[in-house]
Amino acid sequence: MAHSASDIAAPVAQGSGGEAKMASPPGVFLRSQKRKSVNLGDTIFQSSTTFFAFLVFVLVFLMAYEMYRGSVPSIEKFGWSFLTREIWDPVQDEYGALVFIFGTVVSSIVALTFALPLSIGVAVFLSELAPGWIEKPMSFLIELLAAIPSIVYGLWGVFVLVPWLRVSVEPVLSRNLKFLPFFTGPSYGFGMLAAGIILAIMVLPIITSISRDVLKAIPTAQREAALALGATRWETTRIVLSDAKSGLLGATLLGLGRAVGETMAVTMVIGNRPEISASLLAPGYTMASVIANEFTEATSDMYVSSLIEIALILFVLTVLLNAAARLIVWSVTKKFKNA
Amino acid sequence: MQRMRTEKMRSLTITLLLFVASLIAGETAIAQMKLNGAGATFPYVIYSKWFDLYSKKAGVEFNYQSIGSGGGIKQVTEGTVDFGASDAFLSEDQLKAIKDKQGTDIIHIPTVMGAVVISYNLPAAGKDLRISPDVLAGIYLGQITNWNDAKIAAINPGKSLPDQSIIVAHRSDGSGTTNIFTDYLVKVSKTWAVNIGKGTSVNWPVGLGGKGNEGVAGLIKQSEGALGYVELAYAVQNGLPYALLQNKEGNFVEATFDGVSAAASGAARNMPGDLRVMITDAPGKDSYPICGFTWLLISKNMKDKAKAKEIKEFLKWAMTDGQSYAKDLYYAPLPETVAKLCLKKIDLIETN
Repeated sequence: MAHSASDIAAPVAQGSGGEAKMASPPGVFLRSQKRKSVNLGDTIFQSSTTFFAFLVFVLVFLMAYEMYRGSVPSIEKFGWSFLTREIWDPVQDEYGALVFIFGTVVSSIVALTFALPLSIGVAVFLSELAPGWIEKPMSFLIELLAAIPSIVYGLWGVFVLVPWLRVSVEPVLSRNLKFLPFFTGPSYGFGMLAAGIILAIMVLPIITSISRDVLKAIPTAQREAALALGATRWETTRIVLSDAKSGLLGATLLGLGRAVGETMAVTMVIGNRPEISASLLAPGYTMASVIANEFTEATSDMYVSSLIEIALILFVLTVLLNAAARLIVWSVTKKFKNA
Repeated sequence: MQRMRTEKMRSLTITLLLFVASLIAGETAIAQMKLNGAGATFPYVIYSKWFDLYSKKAGVEFNYQSIGSGGGIKQVTEGTVDFGASDAFLSEDQLKAIKDKQGTDIIHIPTVMGAVVISYNLPAAGKDLRISPDVLAGIYLGQITNWNDAKIAAINPGKSLPDQSIIVAHRSDGSGTTNIFTDYLVKVSKTWAVNIGKGTSVNWPVGLGGKGNEGVAGLIKQSEGALGYVELAYAVQNGLPYALLQNKEGNFVEATFDGVSAAASGAARNMPGDLRVMITDAPGKDSYPICGFTWLLISKNMKDKAKAKEIKEFLKWAMTDGQSYAKDLYYAPLPETVAKLCLKKIDLIETN
């Protein structure tokens, strides 16, 4: 990045120097020549952008620190058991995060189960098979999905998805798959399944576009070599996919990061019940949802502190997921650049 | 090129100077008094109406942030606002915390009232389903799970109650509505009082949570067999059906503004001096049992006496002329007896 910036900057500086030479006496020109080596503007520009870049780091650390500070009372009272306690009772001032961690993890896993095959399929089509005139508009449309505000997904979930699940899907599931613990209990429509499906649609664009980029980063030579050896289209794609394995994993983790932090749409369809149930038809509760729901009217100090501790857990979880994902994506693209 | 640059610099400097000048001018232009408040969302509609009308009348500017009662109480404790607003009155601990930090007592001024109705979706039963305190507590405790339960049938003679499980809906967000509703359940059910208790959020034994009145209403509308509680104002505005509730005297009453005011008058007879009172399950044959006040929290001894004077004037107006706007905005106005008690309280605010 720095390299290309100086490339562009150089001719501009020369141009202005030349004009200055024509317009002013030699002394002035010399002064400006001298100044150019330690151009004040450049220095300010560089130091200010560096400052801004570091500001981002400071911001992240400050956030983490503030959340830690806010959750000290709850950490002192409950310790590590906060992570394993199932109780959430604002009246008795007793809190634990387990049900919310469970809800977040399960809804995200359900989301990935739906989104992953779909996204990878779309990505393979876009990078390997689609002709240019389909690929461009289709990529655009998929990325457009990511631009839809989550409240809109939530409304769609409440008015379209939930009634459909309650009337057409869940009764069928519970009738035919009764032997599985995942599909038992009454059909509310609202619940883990609805949340998982909404999340799947929301993470689809992220996983798809990153997977497509990862697949495109694999050198064409790989494909040509496979085809030259007599591999079919399918076999070639399999080779490309196995080369891109870790990159696809990274894309998945980034999608997971989004699913874990999603708040509004999930709150609207998950049923908001702090309970651990094996059934996907049962309502649940996620970490992001409980914060969004309860923070405004949390009056006792321990209550607020526990909510902040949940935020801290969520923060750590998303940072870890994103860091892991970036590292993996980065390592795979680097491998092929060097090759 | 250089001239261009200096010209650019000059125009930039001028713009900057103008900007700074406008900032300074902006500061000095606010000679008008500005009162900052924060708190409850439930009374936001009538408060903003009041602030708007009153600022036109008296030239005082209000800045109210409806961030929730919890936030309002916090800001009052920190002393970052001139007044707070809350759907729940402050506990002794909270009052003590403010006294320690700000060195002042807090006066609670009830402003308007809200009621909570039991809305349901049961086409087979039609309108005017009757619900007794016993049945309501049973449903929310998860002891009554089917609409054809004998207890429901006993108070609804002649109604066809289907064999259908009851889907219980409640608020998932912390709210004053939940506080009023659970306060009522604590009063009418021992089991509830012992196991669950009351608060802006509680550990619900059963049911689905919806965010806000609209969330609960959505749950009810979408699920046949559902039952949940919403604010009266919301139910009226959206035409939701709601049940007749049995009050303390044994009458089944519909939730109306008059029923709410009746409850407040019933409760006013033995109102505590500091006006911190829940009026759920109030005596009186017309009283609607699940309703409550929302309060403004005012420092008795404000540091800025000029502000104290303005707040005092505003409150007096709100207790008298202001009350006439309540019904149009779907709040129950204070009955006269309570408004008089409030006016007496307002006089306690120290102005010099």
